[in-house]
Amino acid sequence: MDPNLKKPKLVDRVDSVATGGDPCESTRVCRFPDDVLERVLSLIDSHKDRSSVSLVCKEWYNAERWSRRHVFIGNCYSVSPEIVAARFPRIRSVTLKGKPRFSDFNLVPEDWGADVHPWLCVFSTVYPFLEELRLKRMAVSDESLEFLATNFKGFKALSLLSCDGFSTDGLKAIATHCKNLTELDIQENGIDDLGGHWLSCFPESFTSLEILNFASLNSEVSFDALEKLVSRCKSLRVLKVNRNISLDQLQKLLLHCPLLTELGTGTFMQEVISGPVTEFKNMFSNCKNLVTLSGLWDATPLYLPVIYTACARLTFLNLSYATLRSDELTNLLYHCKSLRRLWFDIYTLPSKCALVFEILECKEKEKGIMVTLFKISDEIGDKGLEAVGSCCPLLEELRVFPADPFDQEIFLGVTESGFVSVSRGCPKLRYVLYFCRQMTNAAVATIAQNCPDFTHFRLCIMNPGQPDYLTKEPMDEAFGSIVKACTKLQRLAISGLLTDRTFEYIGKYAKNLETLSVAFAGSSDLGMEYVLKGCMKLKKLEIRDCPFGNAALLSGLTKYESMRSLWMSACNVTMNGCQMLAKERPRLNVEVMRDDEGNDDGQAHKVYVYRSVAGPRKDAPPFVLTL
Amino acid sequence: MSVPLEHDYIGLSDASSLERSSESSNISSDDVTNNFFNLKATELSLGLPGFAKNYEENATKHGSVIKNYMSGAKRGFSDVNFNGSGKGIDAVFDKIQTQQIISSSVAKPVKEEKKNGSVPPSAKAQVVGWPPIRSFRKNTMASNLSKSGDVAEGNSGAEGCLYVKVSMDGAPYLRKIDLKIYHNYAELSKALEKMFSCFTLGQCSSNGIKGKERLTESNLKDILHKSECVLTYEDKDGDWMLVGDVPWGMFIDSCKRLRIMKGSEAIGLAPRRTEKCTNRN
Repeated sequence: MDPNLKKPKLVDRVDSVATGGDPCESTRVCRFPDDVLERVLSLIDSHKDRSSVSLVCKEWYNAERWSRRHVFIGNCYSVSPEIVAARFPRIRSVTLKGKPRFSDFNLVPEDWGADVHPWLCVFSTVYPFLEELRLKRMAVSDESLEFLATNFKGFKALSLLSCDGFSTDGLKAIATHCKNLTELDIQENGIDDLGGHWLSCFPESFTSLEILNFASLNSEVSFDALEKLVSRCKSLRVLKVNRNISLDQLQKLLLHCPLLTELGTGTFMQEVISGPVTEFKNMFSNCKNLVTLSGLWDATPLYLPVIYTACARLTFLNLSYATLRSDELTNLLYHCKSLRRLWFDIYTLPSKCALVFEILECKEKEKGIMVTLFKISDEIGDKGLEAVGSCCPLLEELRVFPADPFDQEIFLGVTESGFVSVSRGCPKLRYVLYFCRQMTNAAVATIAQNCPDFTHFRLCIMNPGQPDYLTKEPMDEAFGSIVKACTKLQRLAISGLLTDRTFEYIGKYAKNLETLSVAFAGSSDLGMEYVLKGCMKLKKLEIRDCPFGNAALLSGLTKYESMRSLWMSACNVTMNGCQMLAKERPRLNVEVMRDDEGNDDGQAHKVYVYRSVAGPRKDAPPFVLTL
Repeated sequence: MSVPLEHDYIGLSDASSLERSSESSNISSDDVTNNFFNLKATELSLGLPGFAKNYEENATKHGSVIKNYMSGAKRGFSDVNFNGSGKGIDAVFDKIQTQQIISSSVAKPVKEEKKNGSVPPSAKAQVVGWPPIRSFRKNTMASNLSKSGDVAEGNSGAEGCLYVKVSMDGAPYLRKIDLKIYHNYAELSKALEKMFSCFTLGQCSSNGIKGKERLTESNLKDILHKSECVLTYEDKDGDWMLVGDVPWGMFIDSCKRLRIMKGSEAIGLAPRRTEKCTNRN
């Protein structure tokens, strides 16, 4: 199946070793024949390692490029499809990321770019045997999906995360034409859901599917088509259905695929299921390979216990779409001893809390009492976290989402004590994403002591600029303690009231930091300067609503080419500053996004700076100005 | 500032608007004081001239859920159609009895809400893209509030949803539900039971009243003795009624908010604190 591409033989080199040429010559010689070197290098998967390998010498560069099967492009504008095609002739799998991360939060206007189509056009000629495409934050159209489905005969795996611009019609094309499809993974995209007919487009003869994830699609699919599909795809190991699939239907599906390793259920609430509950329970227990469970929409105590036996084997439990009460959560977690990763949101109801009731009895609605109520309800949310701390000692990753972050009347949440309980019980924690309404420096210091292995620490105190609620001080010491104790830290997101001191700590201690997200923080340009000077391995820096100006921006002049990108929005950077940066560093693309209102005040409201070997964008929309 | 405020015992919505208002700018708290004292002057009669103006400014398109006016406007405001007509307001003011209005919530300028349940009108929530949660997840959480999984964008426009608040005595927070997705009292009670886990009407259905739309008074009295909680709702006129008295269709037309009360309070159909309704029993 390999395309007939010839490569130069380097036989001469080997000969000169044998003749024992002079020392100068021999240092330039590659000791292994190409084939051997390529064979060895083909075992290296990590793209970072491969980058290092390619820098050793020309021979290794060539061997590496011929042996590479998977290419990872972290910023689609840093390189062009032609350049990729020229360097790597034998690619089978591509991962491509497009828009800046803040586009997830509506900070990037539509039609910004990151269109996958030009890439597909080039790939169709150079990599006709492309098998895998994984896209994140790319603009994907139905035409592109159809093009993909019809031009790549051996195409196997499609994964779309946070993409937009396509509809379920595009999925129809994939289902219809990709005869060898093994993976269809549709996650959290801006998809135009026109119905569930796409699933019925898989032909009767199609049996190769191994991974199917359509949990994020809202329309109902034909259950009949789904059941038939699942029953004929004997290698299916990942199945994540959407909310429309009932418990009864889930049971039927599980009958066909007991070898599942990952399951995303549909709705977990039903008035009455058709068979006995024990049968249902057994079905779950029979899935001996199940290690990941998600979905569980609308789960209630009625049926949740059926998964308890399966829980013992689970390593990843995603409850972020389930609405569990804290006692239900506690009961569930009690069974999850092997859990490594846990995602959930604080949609917990309190069990009867006498203290709360007493306070509500009080007739005076003074503000003080209001605050106490607020605290108590958050503490109740902490109960779930206490359960995590006590039941899941192997936990490595925890993500806690807020229940309804935009409705301030729903006072659900967690406090710092919940986080501390988890850190005490789960010393192996390395990835945390935590949304809360209040935090203290002392708590974070304790957490840092308990969990020194953090690689990803993302703390979001939801009220911008909020200080330590007990001492009223800035949260500088909190993040200081994290960067001091957690030497392996790669990713950090900070929040709360923060002065330049935080950045001083980060610059001084976070030597392995690669990604930093900053919002509503800092007191002066110094903040950003500390980070740019101190964080040697910094790759991505995204900043919003901070008082950093041109001096800060320009302090990174020598740094940006070693980074993937810089994002600054609602800071104090001006057009002049950006223009200076662009002038000094022609190999950077300095893009400024114009404001909606068309203000011409010289301010650069949204700045996106990234290194590129492809030069300025040719597809920039009118509101993006490349300097 | 702590202006001593008295209002009926609704629940946190009142207090929350108080909290929000005290967090807002100084200007609006001055307005609070001014309006408050103006109100004192006019006492029991018609509303303030200022009210109508603020009211129209702050009208949202979704008449059924008026966050800011919950407490302050009393029930009176909540039933008025937000089409800017003055008539409704007058009718409302006729009904106001001995209540004192929490002007804070009225005086506070409200940015128009695009969707029910999202973007509360306080300054900090207006920040674009904050907290940093993906739109997909944001919409899914909002749609988790309703049973329906078909609400693709979470809170859609007025035509599809009828969000009302549900508060429970003893619970430190409210929930919101979309009445349009239920078809009878049984479904509603099941959903609320799930949400609050201590709920009388659920027992009603399981006692074999399922299918009937009405609860008879005798049934209700039986239940009141047995259990702790009772579901009541506030209707268009601002009165608190027991849920189950009227046909379902009429109920969702007139229901503005729900409240799960302690059984002892519900006897007599009037909670302790509300001293209104001299016109009705």
